[in-house]
Amino acid sequence: MWQALYEELGDSGFVPVTVALDRSADDARPFIDKARPTHPSLIDTEHRVAHLYGMINVPTVVFIDEAGRIARPSAMEYGTDMFKQFHGRESAPFLAAVRAWVRSGKSDVPAEQIAKRTVPPTPDEELARAEFSLAWRLHQQGQVEAAERHFVRAGELSPNDWTIRRGSMPIRGKNPMGPEFFELFREWDANGKPSYESLAAQRNR
Amino acid sequence: MAEHPFTILDEGRATSVAADLAGGRVRLSPNALERSLGWVLKPEGLCLGDVCVPIAGRAGVVADGKVDLQALAELLQRPLALDLDERIASLGASARERGEVLKGGIAPDFRLPDLTGREWSLGGLRGKKVLLVAYASW
Repeated sequence: MWQALYEELGDSGFVPVTVALDRSADDARPFIDKARPTHPSLIDTEHRVAHLYGMINVPTVVFIDEAGRIARPSAMEYGTDMFKQFHGRESAPFLAAVRAWVRSGKSDVPAEQIAKRTVPPTPDEELARAEFSLAWRLHQQGQVEAAERHFVRAGELSPNDWTIRRGSMPIRGKNPMGPEFFELFREWDANGKPSYESLAAQRNR
Repeated sequence: MAEHPFTILDEGRATSVAADLAGGRVRLSPNALERSLGWVLKPEGLCLGDVCVPIAGRAGVVADGKVDLQALAELLQRPLALDLDERIASLGASARERGEVLKGGIAPDFRLPDLTGREWSLGGLRGKKVLLVAYASW
């Protein structure tokens, strides 16, 4: 979808930058081979982009304008309706917002709403990201048991962060579509399905 | 004082240094500090580029010519994940600073490779409207 959007809008100064928050290029390769992107399609094994943009799940999208300013803060949006039955969010309004932004320069989030719609991270969430980096490093060094302790700690510190809790599952030998995922999903559901929107509303009161 | 090999991650960037680990503290020589985290011990305090943080009156940050990593993290209000047994620490970002940057609408720059190993930076795309899409196989 992003490639099609690039072909449609690339001449208007638009470029998608897709970033795979995966443990290795090999995990992302099948998706990239299928999409055949001519736009930048990047691999982020350290979750740098998630850390820098306060991302807690995928897919998360951000509009960044010509001057390097955020024109629409982190939010979960979809390019297709393939998994709509699971998340309930339609792609059409979002794709219309992208096209309108590219053509008119006007984001569907007005500039004065950016701060209000941004989820400011908590100290525990940033500690969780540091714990995740430590755990991932230990794992890569072969210290799997020590790594596991820090993956667990990271998840406890940042319960809403699926880039940590679900994103660490393949590394830790857990199936990200298996029982641990369904447990995470149940917990998220029972907690009122926290999202970028609900967390921003809570924290920016 | 015995020094041990110790790994420091600064928002993901790893450096191996020698550290004094006596008493459950991680104490670094000024040289090890500069190599791992970029901070330089100067008469006016600890400095990173043009920014200096005074340490006079800050108990425990510098003693016997060494910098205490845990006290430094606290001084900078940055989170520190630490495993003394495995001799590794990871210094994270200040939640307050990160929140201010994002709420201020500033898109942080990053540099990442594609499948061919070519490096891309967000800053290199200045002048274009960028749709940043984070996804994953999981």
